[in-house]
Amino acid sequence: MTATAPATYIGTRTPRKEDPKLIRGGGTFTDDVTLPAMVYVSLVRSPHAHARIRRIDAAAARKEPGVVTIVTGKDAEATGVLPVFITVPGLNGTKHMPLATDKARYAGDAIAAVVADTRHAAKRAAELVTVDYEPLPVIVDATKALETGAPILHEELGTNLAFTYPVKGGDIDKAFRDAEATVKLRIVNQRLIPNAMEPRAVVAKFEAGELTVWSSTQIPHFVQLILSLNLGLSQNKVRVIAPEVGGGFGSKLQVYAEELLVAHLAKTLGRPVKWTEDRREGYLATIHGRDLVEEVEVAAKRDGTLLGVRIRTVANMGAYLQAFAPGIPTILHAFIIPGAYRIPAFDCEVRGAYTNTTPVDAYRGAGRPEATFAIERAMDRLADEIRMDPAELRRKNFVPPDAFPFTTISGIMYDSGDYGPALDRALEMADYKAFEKRRVEAKARGRYRGIGLSSYVEICGLAPSKANSALGVGWGGYESARIRVHPTGAIQVFTGTSPHGQGHETSWAQIAADAIGVTPNDIEVRHGDTFESPGMGVGTFGSRSLAVGGIAVHNAAQKIREKVIQIGAHLLEASPDDVVVQGGKVFVKGVPEKAKAFGEISMAAYLASNLPEGMEPGLEATTYYDPPNFTFPFGTHIAEVEVDPETGSIEIIRYSACDDCGRQINPMIVEGQLHGGITQGIGQALYEAAVYDNNGQLVSGSMMEYHVPNAADVPAFALDHTVTLTKTNPLGVKGIGEAGTIASTPAMVNAVIDALSPLGITHIDMPLTAEKVWGAIRNAGEARR
Amino acid sequence: MGKITVTVNRTEHELEVKPSLLLVELLREELRLTGTHVGCDTSQCGACTVLIDGSAVKSCTVLAAQADGAEIVTVEGLAKDGELHPIQRAFSAEHALQCGFCTPGLMITAVDVLSRNAAPTDAEIRNAIKGNLCRCTGYHNIVNAIRTAATEMRGAATPQRAPAEVKR
Repeated sequence: MTATAPATYIGTRTPRKEDPKLIRGGGTFTDDVTLPAMVYVSLVRSPHAHARIRRIDAAAARKEPGVVTIVTGKDAEATGVLPVFITVPGLNGTKHMPLATDKARYAGDAIAAVVADTRHAAKRAAELVTVDYEPLPVIVDATKALETGAPILHEELGTNLAFTYPVKGGDIDKAFRDAEATVKLRIVNQRLIPNAMEPRAVVAKFEAGELTVWSSTQIPHFVQLILSLNLGLSQNKVRVIAPEVGGGFGSKLQVYAEELLVAHLAKTLGRPVKWTEDRREGYLATIHGRDLVEEVEVAAKRDGTLLGVRIRTVANMGAYLQAFAPGIPTILHAFIIPGAYRIPAFDCEVRGAYTNTTPVDAYRGAGRPEATFAIERAMDRLADEIRMDPAELRRKNFVPPDAFPFTTISGIMYDSGDYGPALDRALEMADYKAFEKRRVEAKARGRYRGIGLSSYVEICGLAPSKANSALGVGWGGYESARIRVHPTGAIQVFTGTSPHGQGHETSWAQIAADAIGVTPNDIEVRHGDTFESPGMGVGTFGSRSLAVGGIAVHNAAQKIREKVIQIGAHLLEASPDDVVVQGGKVFVKGVPEKAKAFGEISMAAYLASNLPEGMEPGLEATTYYDPPNFTFPFGTHIAEVEVDPETGSIEIIRYSACDDCGRQINPMIVEGQLHGGITQGIGQALYEAAVYDNNGQLVSGSMMEYHVPNAADVPAFALDHTVTLTKTNPLGVKGIGEAGTIASTPAMVNAVIDALSPLGITHIDMPLTAEKVWGAIRNAGEARR
Repeated sequence: MGKITVTVNRTEHELEVKPSLLLVELLREELRLTGTHVGCDTSQCGACTVLIDGSAVKSCTVLAAQADGAEIVTVEGLAKDGELHPIQRAFSAEHALQCGFCTPGLMITAVDVLSRNAAPTDAEIRNAIKGNLCRCTGYHNIVNAIRTAATEMRGAATPQRAPAEVKR
């Protein structure tokens, strides 16, 4: 399948339509919404990681000037429970209320909501609410949480085990029996804090029976759905608007307690209500990411041929399951571990554990970075074990181009791929061949130089609805688009996706422009308002927007084009087969001088007095696109670093990446996604870690202690790409939102370990801070003495 | 309450302010200049950066009262007479923004940086914007944008000066 329209704008660096307002300080983020008579919410949060709530005394707080009301869990039961959209077999789910009533299960668990007429008054009053807590034993470590005798978070379950999820294929015992070489690693894929630059915020108003909610969310339609169901409002009376959203990275892929609470309060108080988290609160109450401990074993032949991979994972789920949490370490992690490789046997088991920590859910990559880290670190260890070049080991085990469509040992069907050229190009960009000279030269300067690569396959285009259903995802994986052409020819595209930096207003305009035969300037793309968009939009996450939502736009635009051609042919007295739409003009092939303007056609569609026999008036189209398969972007990233043995500090000398996301709609946006993704992955490798003490207190509780990479922490990136079109959709597009994050973490760690390999160092837990690296160098030195 | 006079984006305001009012609150809530964002409240992220008498300052950590008599420029004041500042043009041209939340603070910091060093190296740019965090762009295109704006501003304002001479 190929696009029927010529690609005029697809593939070009079309300037972003989003920019003009944003660079002027325009654009409305949720906290910018201020309404008359608005009141403000501040939440009383548990300082204890695990404590029974004996009594809540709000008497003093109620006397504070400006206080409107104070509600506790018992008063707010009408909010209903927080949703979990994914189930896995044998899931031990819990009842998660927006305000805890019996127990606080993590430091930050909300206990009461204080409403006052100013933000400061609400905060002051919240500090005066006294809660009588009975502290309970705390469990922070997920592995220990699964041991007998561990404190239990949810007594009704009698265990902290949320689920056990096996994925198996082939004969793993045979693989290890036949093995000529094995490696075993223990990987701590540490907990991260997403840190979207815009803190979460919610504003709600309830007027004339209609609830309007502004929320900094990636999934406005799901928020609308749950608000309607939980608050007992007809769905047509609930409008959710995701205005400008300042980054998400999965952290806004939720229906949060605060959304339900603020909506409930607006409904009961009859006044607009606002809540905006501050950063410290966000660190406690917005989901975290990752947090897996994995035991990885690989069986191989001496020549590097992979025989099998066994992996045992414990996933720290935090205190409650959030919206998509059960699907992250399972579906999005376990299935993709085989990555780019032909592996005859696979045996994976993931156990999810409740602990007294902030809930964990999707964070950029969501399961796939963890999977890629596991296999790519294991590949380097194997290369080291059998003394083989890591690039050659990867090449040897790649799924070969003639094997597609290829079903992996975990049961996923890759429709297309060609991994060798991306590896070759990355090696060339990194001047890999000459690396050893650079290592020697650096050593002469007293520095350890290393190079590390990672080859990844991502699973994107989430998701075919039937696959969703089979995997336990409780909703379809389609996306919607509606195109409305006004009588004058003005075109509006309404998309079910909900961008928060990805540039859909631009890319979707490029797609629609090419499909219809107009220019991107003729098209306005609107998103994030449930009253405007089609009936359901699934939203923006998992690198799905282009490969699903972009195709919905393309398909809707095709319908518009077809009708324009029919009307044009009728007016031009020609056969529809001979009529083309180009540059906003409709004409018979070869006779552009006798063209009808696009606006004349749209006007004719609404005048409706001279249309082809039997044609409905109007020019609109709505589509729902349900993808037949996932998409599988891939690539190779290479990091080159120098380590200063005196300080343990790491300098990234060079970073090269060759990615294949299929057809690029806007290469400028593709590169931007990669730059940001790579930096987030470097953040995990070198800087970021959410750390709890044994009492369940978040030690890395602010941006002082949690290091989000700054401009001086990362280098400029060298990017290139190959183009292998997917056959799954008509544009051949695959998705690029998470590739950088998936690929860069293992590339970075592999580079640092390679640098330190002359010292016999084979492993350092992330993040590879200067302190840890220095310690590892020192210990290695002592071990040698 | 106390009375202060501040000039914001070339307009003078006389305002009654509480002693505890932060400058960013004054800008966002009293003057409704919501282009200045609050990202962390603790002066780590730089989203709230504004120019106070020409210097980039994090407005979440300045009391409104401290700005008495000062001249403040926010993102809304970067463009003059409808014409974008070169840094605004460069941010868009180089795709230096994605979600746009950190962008106002970064552009303001960049204006300060370029007023001190008209021809910064990439390393100098990276060092100078360390106090402004961006989670979307990986800084690559932000560095490009600041370099591009620097080139344009040198061409427009000080075409005769060699880069080395304008370094402080």
